[in-house]
Amino acid sequence: MPPIPVALPLLMAVVVFYTPSKRWRPRLLAATAAVHFGVTVAILGGVTVEPAGAWLRLDAPGRLLLGVISLLILACAVYSVGYLRYRVERANRRFCACMLAALATMSLVAYAQHLGLLWVGIEATTLATAPLIYFNRTARSIEATWKYLIISSVGIALALLGSFFVAYAALLGGGEASLLFSGLLSGAGALSKPWLRAGFTLLLVGYGTKLGLVPMHTWKPDAYGEAPGVVGSLLAGGLTSCAYLALLRLTQITAAAGEGVYANRLLIAIGLVSMGVSGALMLGQRDLKRMLAYSSVEHMGILAVAGGLGAGATFAALLHLVNNAFGKGVMFLSVGNIHRAFGGKTTDEVHGALRRLPLSGTLFLLGLFAVTGSPPFGLFVSELLIVKATFASGRWAVAGLFLAFLLLAFAGMGATSLSALQGRPPLSARRSTYRDSFTTFAPALCLLGLVLLFGLHLPETVRALITDAATALEVGR
Amino acid sequence: MISLLSSLVAALLLVNLVALGTSRISTVVRAVASQGVLLGLLAVAAQGRLNGTVVALALASIVLKGWLIPVILFRALRQVAIKREVEPALGLLPSLLLGAFATVLAVAAGNRLPLAETRLAPLLIPASLATVACGFILITARRKAISQVLGYLVLENGIFIFGLLLVDAMPFLVEVGVLLDLFVGIFVLSIIIHHINREFSSLDTRRLSLLKE
Repeated sequence: MPPIPVALPLLMAVVVFYTPSKRWRPRLLAATAAVHFGVTVAILGGVTVEPAGAWLRLDAPGRLLLGVISLLILACAVYSVGYLRYRVERANRRFCACMLAALATMSLVAYAQHLGLLWVGIEATTLATAPLIYFNRTARSIEATWKYLIISSVGIALALLGSFFVAYAALLGGGEASLLFSGLLSGAGALSKPWLRAGFTLLLVGYGTKLGLVPMHTWKPDAYGEAPGVVGSLLAGGLTSCAYLALLRLTQITAAAGEGVYANRLLIAIGLVSMGVSGALMLGQRDLKRMLAYSSVEHMGILAVAGGLGAGATFAALLHLVNNAFGKGVMFLSVGNIHRAFGGKTTDEVHGALRRLPLSGTLFLLGLFAVTGSPPFGLFVSELLIVKATFASGRWAVAGLFLAFLLLAFAGMGATSLSALQGRPPLSARRSTYRDSFTTFAPALCLLGLVLLFGLHLPETVRALITDAATALEVGR
Repeated sequence: MISLLSSLVAALLLVNLVALGTSRISTVVRAVASQGVLLGLLAVAAQGRLNGTVVALALASIVLKGWLIPVILFRALRQVAIKREVEPALGLLPSLLLGAFATVLAVAAGNRLPLAETRLAPLLIPASLATVACGFILITARRKAISQVLGYLVLENGIFIFGLLLVDAMPFLVEVGVLLDLFVGIFVLSIIIHHINREFSSLDTRRLSLLKE
């Protein structure tokens, strides 16, 4: 019996797919996401007891991930109700079903305790989200979907080879080759070092492709740029969090096997390169959604660096994961509204967003401050903690580059966004029919509220959730 | 048995080079199809006996890669009336040489890594690494969407070969991994080829260049 957070959305995806009414499908989507969130809260609060299977079990990091994606997708689902009302000309059958399938597969990643099952979960998220990118059915969106599928498939295939290598390392180690994380961790000392190193490298490339680390990032601006804003927030907030957790679990095993120095060095190097390249590509970027995609690459770089700092930085990394997921949610949902109102998403078409859309424009502006790590938002706190951990570990050069790249990203994003927000809106935008409504505005507002709250005062329950996850991920490091 | 195994592996490696060295797409499709059949035979030969997992893997490889995928590909080729990979990103001779170099490198790397047993691993590990490398070269060197999918299939074949080393110890991992990968291949193939066709009436990924910095 699969756990409810996996089974429920999967079942509802089928139901929604066969629902004949176009108006009811988004409502069913939102209702299912709400029930999923309710169930998740019950599980996290300890109200319902989870069956403890060996392969499917919710450990502390899984609990954190499940909480993040459930809340993020609830926001996306509510937003979709309003969004699809403006896109009545489009068929929404696949969109609604795939959103639910994505929720199910991401929940599966949170539950997976087995190296192979984790890979299956991540692969399934690729399949579930590809049709979402193709929602607009234009030549540009087919190009984006093609790049997403072929690059992700190659990445995921390499991750499978990496998983095979780790399995072979376990086989050589002679222990019982269960490939459960607990077993791999306790028997890490016996794993064959050369195979483990090769396996970790391939897994970093493979799951790094899903994260969008440079140089495997090329699909990202295209997919995020052409997909509807709500899909962008699902990918940049949810999918990346899933892949990052997978990477952290494997880093932990590699470190426990005594190869921590190697893994950390790789993570920090690829993280810094990602931050630098994305920062440079954000400068002079005219397309708002592509700018956000590069911002996502930058934050994945930050997470990779944090993952490579070793024990002590895991709390900061996980806090940043939570903040990034919700921060990106705000940005993509509000940029989706701007896209609707202006009929474009580049600074050539978008001027005066603050005047044309006072609500969404303000959200975008505040989200910009949040995502670039300005106080008092949560990302400021988590980035500060990461910098502190970098100094504490004596990596002065890494810390210097890290800060310089943050500044670069701030400059790039700031220039593009402000030119879109300020000024007078063009005539065509003033005449367009889009108006901010409750469902397209409230979800982003709630997410922004959370990012602000996490910066001002981290609630005790959230702190406990992150602390437990960090403790579990630091065993053996 | 060993001589049968080594001739199968040699044939697989030869097919890699054929796929790299030809511009006729139909030849590449045939090469990948024959590689699928060879892999199925290799799965049985490597085990030396038949059990559920091995039969499933061999059948999946022979039926899906040897028959179904080639049928889909030939139909797509007829629809768009393309025959050759004109102007690949990397020429045929360089990519062939690169593939041969990668094969040598794979053998060298395979000899340096520790092995769990000495019957299969010394043959299969270099073959697997070489095939993965050749698939990767195909994906990056070719421009037609259909050629890139073929490259993906070759890459997948390399992973399949490595999986054969783990079938006994971890049948679930291998079975699920290989079959899901195959499913993805077919999924990507049918959906994307269908839609790219309709939008661009060509399967050239160079036409897919609206999205650029």
